[in-house]
Amino acid sequence: MRRIYLDNNATTPMLPEVFEAMRPYFSEHFGNASSIHHHGQETRAAVENARESVAALLGASASEIVFTSGGTEGDNLIAGLVKAGDHVITSSVEHHAVLHTCKHLEEIGCQVTILPVDGCGLVDPDDLPRVLRPNTKLISIMMANNETGVLQPVEEIGKIAAEARILFHTDAVQAASKVPIDVNRIGCHALSISGHKMHAPQGVGALYVRKGTKLQPLFHGGRHERSRRAGTENVPGIAALGKAAELAKDGLVREDDRSLAALRDRLEREILAQVDDATVNGQGAPRVPNTTNLRFDHIEGESLVIALDLKGLAVSTGAACSSGAIEPSHVLIAMGQKPDQARGSIRFSLGKQTTEDEIAYALSLVPETVARLRELSPTYRRHAVTG
Amino acid sequence: MNRPETVAVAMSGGVDSSTVAAMLRAEGHNVIGLTMQLWNQRRLAGREGMPESVHGRCCSLDDVYDARRVAQQIGIPYYVVNQEERFERDVVRPFVAEYISGRTPIPCSLCNNHLKFDQLLIVAQQIGAERIATGHYARVAYDGAHGRWLLRCPADLSKDQTYFLFGLTQEQLSRTLFPLGDMTKPQVRELAAKHGLAIAEKPDSQEICFVPGGDYKRFIDAYLAEQGESLPDTAGELVTTSGEVIGEHAGVHNFTVGQRKGLGVATGSPLYVIQISGASKQVIVGGDEHLYSSTLRAKRVNLISVDDLREPMRVRVKIRHRHEPAPALIERLSADEVLVTFDQPQRAITPGQAAVFYDGEVVVGGGWIT
Repeated sequence: MRRIYLDNNATTPMLPEVFEAMRPYFSEHFGNASSIHHHGQETRAAVENARESVAALLGASASEIVFTSGGTEGDNLIAGLVKAGDHVITSSVEHHAVLHTCKHLEEIGCQVTILPVDGCGLVDPDDLPRVLRPNTKLISIMMANNETGVLQPVEEIGKIAAEARILFHTDAVQAASKVPIDVNRIGCHALSISGHKMHAPQGVGALYVRKGTKLQPLFHGGRHERSRRAGTENVPGIAALGKAAELAKDGLVREDDRSLAALRDRLEREILAQVDDATVNGQGAPRVPNTTNLRFDHIEGESLVIALDLKGLAVSTGAACSSGAIEPSHVLIAMGQKPDQARGSIRFSLGKQTTEDEIAYALSLVPETVARLRELSPTYRRHAVTG
Repeated sequence: MNRPETVAVAMSGGVDSSTVAAMLRAEGHNVIGLTMQLWNQRRLAGREGMPESVHGRCCSLDDVYDARRVAQQIGIPYYVVNQEERFERDVVRPFVAEYISGRTPIPCSLCNNHLKFDQLLIVAQQIGAERIATGHYARVAYDGAHGRWLLRCPADLSKDQTYFLFGLTQEQLSRTLFPLGDMTKPQVRELAAKHGLAIAEKPDSQEICFVPGGDYKRFIDAYLAEQGESLPDTAGELVTTSGEVIGEHAGVHNFTVGQRKGLGVATGSPLYVIQISGASKQVIVGGDEHLYSSTLRAKRVNLISVDDLREPMRVRVKIRHRHEPAPALIERLSADEVLVTFDQPQRAITPGQAAVFYDGEVVVGGGWIT
């Protein structure tokens, strides 16, 4: 069966160049980057070169990059920016890596304010001054949403944070490689990215930490990563992330994001033209070029995902629990949707490898599958009758 | 069934449904494994004396992983379908409400009627499966002469699950396969082992899946506490069959008809719960002889082998899962109500349980005892 992968916000396939870049560091150059001898020197160079590449992608200096195990670790590290008694502001559409970290912060004595979003999924920066407190220490608001692709006004938020002398962290896991990122324009103090969302392998990521920002480590041990993250470096992963960052930067210079957006727009436009009662979640807000989240009324997104997978098209709904069962998306609920509307939504996310032909194939499957689901949907039949 | 079909198998991660999936796959069918996520055990963990750590069987991750492993092993696609909301609405809430009104519910039948053979069947059809198969011990057959789909007892009567399946409609039966109907449990385990299924030795589940340890009273307390509702005060009098008040009780949901232990009164001869009155909050107790009754009324009756009860019919009637079906006459009282008159009085006819009518090994239909 032909298989089309349109779930790149979940994870991306590693690019061949990235795989080549990491390959020597498994057995040929195996040294511990902290070792004094030749073997250590080889891998140290690889780690520091990768640091340069990641810094270049983010407009940062190399010394401001901390390698992590991925986006979740980077987001958890915001706990190292605050202490008990501090006030933290975040938003209702954050990834669970941030939301659950904030919940943990609350448990250890921080105060947390969760800002709402509008129907497009956007935070209103004007809300910020109203919730600031004397003890507000940190704002954590994502750059791009994983479910809808909606881009938050991070530069405006950064300005407000700077004026109020508050730390600003942004989860840029879904933005990195898709839109240009410049930590100085954003004015953030911390920014997390994840390798496997940008064609590097799973298990590696990075956290940008602005020079002069005090970060308490989560891991204790050796003095790796300037004492901000103990543990022997994941050299193959870091080398891969470095290469992926280089390729991402090249792609953004070439404006590959425009062709990606064109493919996404075609998919979106033609589905909306062929399917009634379908809407784009987050329409009207700026979005990353690879994501479209579509709501089909009167169906269960879960059934649509399964039906499409059986036909070879991999897409997803927002969030799955550990069993694999789909839970109503907290993001769409926060955008004001009713649970059954949220459950009728699915996400298509394209990658660098997605072709015009794959989009055409997806278009040959989606409208007919939605039609079949609706034909067998008790609520759609009632809707059709009362119409 | 010879023609290869697309069949969705309801997989629980247990031996029976895993074997069904392996059998159908070996027969060359296009098999899709589905597991319903029905209840999150963590929800009530630690509440009102519920265990802190979750080792319950219902929808546990271990069971999902077992099902997923089996699916991977036999090479079929496998998905978990979230039905938690509907399960709570159609099974858990009625289960709690029934106990509070002094009846003894059977959640498995509710789950079969509202989830497994309704929602899951809809999902199965939506994703392209013509039929659904489960690991129930029962048989389905088409009776050409009468144009009816029949539900029949399985070859292994010790595993008979037809009692829980009386609510199936003709449409549902026509789309259902029970591949274990001709097999015994030991044969099923043997077949599972032959297919090399990792779960071949897994123990059978017995209790109500969402009530850990079978302690339903604790479950009801914990569920109501979670919902921010208080248990309605159903405390009242313990009354003998002759009308004498001999004590008090803490709530009707603590009792079931036929119960002997836990009445909290000491008398010379053994006392049993004879009747529970939700309205007057009275629990009526008496000697064993008072437990026997010759008639019952069944409501919300579903008929399977016949399309109507135009005249009284001789059948055998089963009034609980482990009950030897007893000869009786059934006759229709109204559109969905049937009067059952037993040849011999039956012990502990319990409101909330099902009365299922059998003609030999064929299920005629059934209803809920009022």
